[in-house]
Amino acid sequence: MSDVPRFWRESNHRYRLVGTKCNNCGSTFFPPRDVCPKCRRESIGKMEELEFSGYGEVYSYTVVHDGLEPFKFQLPYILAMIKTDEGPLVTGQIVDADPSEVKIGSRVRVTLRRIREEGKTGIIQYGYKFILEK
Amino acid sequence: MASIVSYGSYIPRYRIKAEEIARIWGENPDNIKNGLMVYSKSVPAPDEDVLTISTEAARNAINRWGKENRKKIGAIYVGSESHPYAVKPTASILVESLGLDYNIMAADYEFACKAGTAAIQNVIGLVDSDMIEYGMAIGADTSQGAPGDALEYSASAGGTAFIIGKKGIADINKTYSFTTDTPDFWRREGEKYPSHGGRFTGEPAYFKHILTAAKKMMELMNTKPEDYDYAVFHQPNGKFPTRAAKMLGFKDSQIEEGLMTPYIGNTYSNSMMIGLSAILDKAEPGDRILAVAFGSGAGSDAFDITVNDSIKSFNRNSAPTVRKQLENPIWIDYAYYVKFRKKIIMRGD
Repeated sequence: MSDVPRFWRESNHRYRLVGTKCNNCGSTFFPPRDVCPKCRRESIGKMEELEFSGYGEVYSYTVVHDGLEPFKFQLPYILAMIKTDEGPLVTGQIVDADPSEVKIGSRVRVTLRRIREEGKTGIIQYGYKFILEK
Repeated sequence: MASIVSYGSYIPRYRIKAEEIARIWGENPDNIKNGLMVYSKSVPAPDEDVLTISTEAARNAINRWGKENRKKIGAIYVGSESHPYAVKPTASILVESLGLDYNIMAADYEFACKAGTAAIQNVIGLVDSDMIEYGMAIGADTSQGAPGDALEYSASAGGTAFIIGKKGIADINKTYSFTTDTPDFWRREGEKYPSHGGRFTGEPAYFKHILTAAKKMMELMNTKPEDYDYAVFHQPNGKFPTRAAKMLGFKDSQIEEGLMTPYIGNTYSNSMMIGLSAILDKAEPGDRILAVAFGSGAGSDAFDITVNDSIKSFNRNSAPTVRKQLENPIWIDYAYYVKFRKKIIMRGD
């Protein structure tokens, strides 16, 4: 089954790291949430979209040597948990870097890259990845 | 009068040297380096394409301008000959990836290596006619050269975005185009690699169009080569623009700043545009620039530009300069190059 509708619904947060902020307690979320898990009903009507700055630092990372078929051309690739400047942890690839260049605490910024294709005739899915700040 | 309000460029970090390509095909690398003046070229990562490159270049332009201004952009046009889709605009994806307002005109353009400057001209028209307040024009490519072809030494990847409005940092005094039906380079529908007319790409194509457009522009503006601080021409290699500059009476010192192809290769729709971007990285108020693009098929777009006082307060440091992006490359060998450019036949291909 095609992923077109699902990806289309999520494109703004996949392309631009658009999450949400609870204006009741100030917590930020990525992926976006409709209701704040801390404030629950108190947050209804107080959640707003928040476009993250795209900056953060490496919280932890691993190097994937045996990846899924769509990532075969990128092996070995770096998969990291990024502590965004806004707070939430976001998992994503670090690209254009040798694994030896990555350290816990390294500053990164977001970039937009191809994630996968639905075959040769299908849609191209784009999304966030990260590159090291130089 | 329309003016460049902001600009930004992007060059992929991966690069390959001319020596490495020559090693595979048994050629003398000195013939390439001394003959074509191409020393290395950029290579897009496996997950990069014209949309991702355009997004990076445009985000650099927006960061210099101020992110809060981006909803004022009323048109976005993207020139390329390597759009990710045959049918599905790159421009519409950019509206979302850049967070632009949905009330916007958008389209993809194609005219070999001058599709990006055609986009600039369209935005100038819309700004000057008050149809929009600001517009964005992008030139970006992930160009292909057939294995073993001379083009393989130069066909590379990169992108540049210009935001154009009424009041900016560099006023576009005039633009002029010269177009003829000249079959110097083409790619048929569905073909993976382009074809070209060998030496025919020189005199009747590149030089005829570049020289005519540059001369006509100087005639229209009543200027001489010495009136310009900088000149930048389309750069399929390093040799052609250097020779064209000499034929027109420009000195090497006028073209050095914008001559990027020897280091990053020919980035096609981005070729002249990234040269102009490199000049704006350094330009001072009052500097005058002659910029001439060329697209096979064939045509040239010329621009006469004067940098104004606003560049002094312009936030150039909010994005990496072109020369900064030349630093710290990841050099790859030919095996990685064919993998990255998906030239390996995989099961199911």
